[in-house]
Parts: sequence; C-alpha cells; structure tokens
Amino acid sequence: MTDLAPITDGLFTWPSDAPQLIGSKCDKCGTVAFPAQGSCARCTSTDVSEHLLAREGTLWTWTVQGFRPKSPPYDGPAEFVPFPLGYVELPGEVKVETRLVDVTTDQLSIGMPMELAIVPFETE
Amino acid sequence: MSDVAIVGLGIHAFGRHPITGREQGAIAARRALEDAGIQWSDVEYAFGGSSAAGAADTLVSDLGLTGVPFINVSNGCATGGSALISAYNALRSGTAETVMAIGFDKHPRGAFDPQPADYGIGDWYGETGLMLTTQFFGMKIQRYMHEHGISKDVLAKVAAKAFRNGAKNPNAWRRTPISEDDILDATMIADPLTQYMFCSPAEGAVALVLTTAERAASFPNKPVFLRSAVLRSRPFGSFEVFNPALAADRGKSPSVAAAAGAFEMAGIGPSDIDVVQVQDTESGAEIMHLAECGFCADGEQEDLIRSGATELGGSMPVNTDGGCLANGEPIGASGLRQVHESVLQLRGAAGERQVEDAHTAFTHVYGAPGISCCTVLTN
Repeated sequence: MTDLAPITDGLFTWPSDAPQLIGSKCDKCGTVAFPAQGSCARCTSTDVSEHLLAREGTLWTWTVQGFRPKSPPYDGPAEFVPFPLGYVELPGEVKVETRLVDVTTDQLSIGMPMELAIVPFETE
Repeated sequence: MSDVAIVGLGIHAFGRHPITGREQGAIAARRALEDAGIQWSDVEYAFGGSSAAGAADTLVSDLGLTGVPFINVSNGCATGGSALISAYNALRSGTAETVMAIGFDKHPRGAFDPQPADYGIGDWYGETGLMLTTQFFGMKIQRYMHEHGISKDVLAKVAAKAFRNGAKNPNAWRRTPISEDDILDATMIADPLTQYMFCSPAEGAVALVLTTAERAASFPNKPVFLRSAVLRSRPFGSFEVFNPALAADRGKSPSVAAAAGAFEMAGIGPSDIDVVQVQDTESGAEIMHLAECGFCADGEQEDLIRSGATELGGSMPVNTDGGCLANGEPIGASGLRQVHESVLQLRGAAGERQVEDAHTAFTHVYGAPGISCCTVLTN
C-alpha cells in the first residue's frame, strides 16, 4: 500500500509502519488541535507546534452513513456501501472524527477500544 | 432604548412550489405589509437572508425601489434569527421605527450539500464522505442517548407529534400524521435516526414587520412584544457540525448561552413560558435543545415526552406548528417561522393549534457552524 499517496498532505505521517495523525499543540496553553492549525482556538495564541496524535483511543460516539453522499464533494465509488463513522477519544488530546473499519454496526459500542488504521480510499 | 413589537406577519406556505424562492419571499413580504396595514415605502430598514434562493436584498426590485437600507444576513440555519436580531437592534437603537425581517429559501431535493472550503476545512473531508449534517445529528443524539438514557421510541414520538401538529397547520408541508412504528421502521439515514426523524430541505418564506412598543398600538393587530433576542456562537469544546476533531473537554452548546441570555434580558425563566419552539432539525435535536435551553434537566425529556407534556394540550407545548420536521427546512425562513407561530399563538390566532391562555413564547434556532439565536415574546 506504500505506493498509495495520502488523501492529502499534512494529515498523517506517511509512509510509516506506525502512522500518526498530525495535529498541533499550543505552546501557551497546551491545547491540542486536529488537523494542525496555526493558532489556538482556546487561548488565541499563534505560538503552536506540530504534535503527533496517539494511535489508540475509545469510541466516543458513532453513526452509519446510510445513503451515498452527493458528488461533489464525495469522491467514493458510484456503487455505495453504507459505512460507519464516529469520534474516537484520544485521552488528553482530542476526539477525532473518523470513518470506522473492521467493525460491524452490531459491534459498535460507545467506549470500545479503537486504533488508527490507514486504509485505501476507493474512488471511481 | 425602545422596546420592540411585532405588528405584521406574512408567510408563504412551506413545501415545494413552482415559483422561485424570491417570488415566495416577495409574497410573504407583501402579506406582512398588508397584515401591518402599511406600505413598502413605510419600511425604513430591512434585514433578510436566503441560503440558496438568491440575495434577499434584491427583493427591492419586486417590492419597490425606495432607497431603503436592506442588509443581507447569512448564518446557516440560524439566518432567520440573525435577521430578526438585526431588526431588533435597529429598533432598540432608534435607528429606525418600522423594520422588516424576512427569510426565504428553495433548496434542491435530497440532503443539503455544503462544501468543506466554505467552512475552512480541506477538500479531503468532503471527498471521503464526512461533509454531511445528518452524520453530526446522528452522532450527537447517539452520545446523548447513551449518557442520559433516552429511548429510541421517544425519537419516534417527537416526530409523530410534529406530523400531528403539522396536520393542524395549513402552511406546513407534511400534513399527514405518521405512526410511531412507521417512523421507527423507515429507512435509516444516520443511526439512530430514520428518514422520518429528519427534516428535509424545502421551500418557504416568512416576513415580519416590527416597530417600537410605543407605536405598536396604532397598528391593526394585537401587538406581540419581542422582550429579548440574543445570538451566540459556540464556546470552546462544544460539539458542533463539521468538526474533524473535538476538544478533549466538552464545552456547552451555544444554545445554552443564547437561551440564558434571552431569559435574563426578558426577566423571566423557562418555567414562565407557555409556548416553546426549538430547532428540531431532527427528533434528537428537539430533545437535546429542550435541556440546552433550560426547559428540563438532561434525561428528563424521556418522561416529559411520554407523559404528553410537549403536546399542544400539555404543560409545555413544543413546536406547535410542526417544527422543521413537518414544515421542512428552508434555511433562510425557519427561524422566522418559529417567531411567526409564536406571534399567532400570542395573538390568539393559531386556530386548531391554539394553546390556551398563551401569554409568553420562546424561540430557539441553531445553525452551522455552531450559532444559536433565542427570543422571548409576550403579549
């Protein structure tokens, strides 16, 4: 899969055996943000540094996308398969919004342990 | 500082129509002028918004080129609230004595299709299928139900009430009651929310004429007083739509501050309110917004709704005209629709939907990227 490029630059470390999401951390108040941004939404400081996020967390909430999103902007395959998504809590950092893989709707449960996975994004 | 009264109401039925959103807006504006017994040339300031049906201020070419200052307002689904608060501020400051607030929209079928760039988010967010408001609503209520013990069938009860109330509202779009079972069994859109638990983008228009309290008695209808109008954007950490990440520590919804501010400014509290309109983009939103606005504690909605308290004849009627669920969601107009319904109730002119002895009303509207506008009205 290392011949695939990330969906966009600057979102996660790649290529890597242990990829991490690239966020930012405020040098003044310690607040973490994702994606990385140049200022702090909590204290308005512009002194921020790159911060790589934890790879494991717990499921904070979830839902299932039941219909094919409109294109544009959706760039997935024309034949649609509903996909689960949710927010995963990375302790002390952020709750990151993410599509969920390797899990069925029946298995989804708030509090379940989750880990980061980089997967190919299928387009048409 | 002047107090503010609403003296003119105009509405174009919500739903799907063969005319443009602007044409619906012009119809609503003329109806409001007629209801107030004035001419367009009497309007000294206007504020209006439309998300998808063109610039509101171009209405001057329909209504008359009088040189009136007409400012366009844009705040997502809270646009109507922003138009109203702009009118409120113009009157309170003495800038004008007769003001119009208007909102109209005409959305294409299917889900709303916001673009990431408009919200400062990278294209990848939309490309991978995350740029949907329906997901946010599913996730927010999912978490809420988990934390506060709300049952799935209560989601259906809220929707069923909306369609029952809509059946009593000649201006609503969806006017046929739907059973709770049919609501629960409908196509799943964003777990736990089915198709009938979600509002649909729609068409419609509402216009209001406002004046100072001192002048209100000289207008034909019983005046309704706008005792407060407060707008807030989100504080740090709140759970809002279109957020690739949320802060570790959860902040309060902007609705909390907007509602608290509106009550403080009006000098009354949630228990004093006779008629309640809260944003019901989907069933869960009605449930959560009741707590966010201070009408109950988190989790109390389960008993309140099961007991019928939020029905037209209940102790706390909520979304008496069918809300967004039965009226649909023309973004520019919905916030004003809530005020329109509140004024009808306080005039005693709500027909089959009339809440007995209604003297106080509250409206709450919420829009992307996390703003809320709340008002308190009295007669």
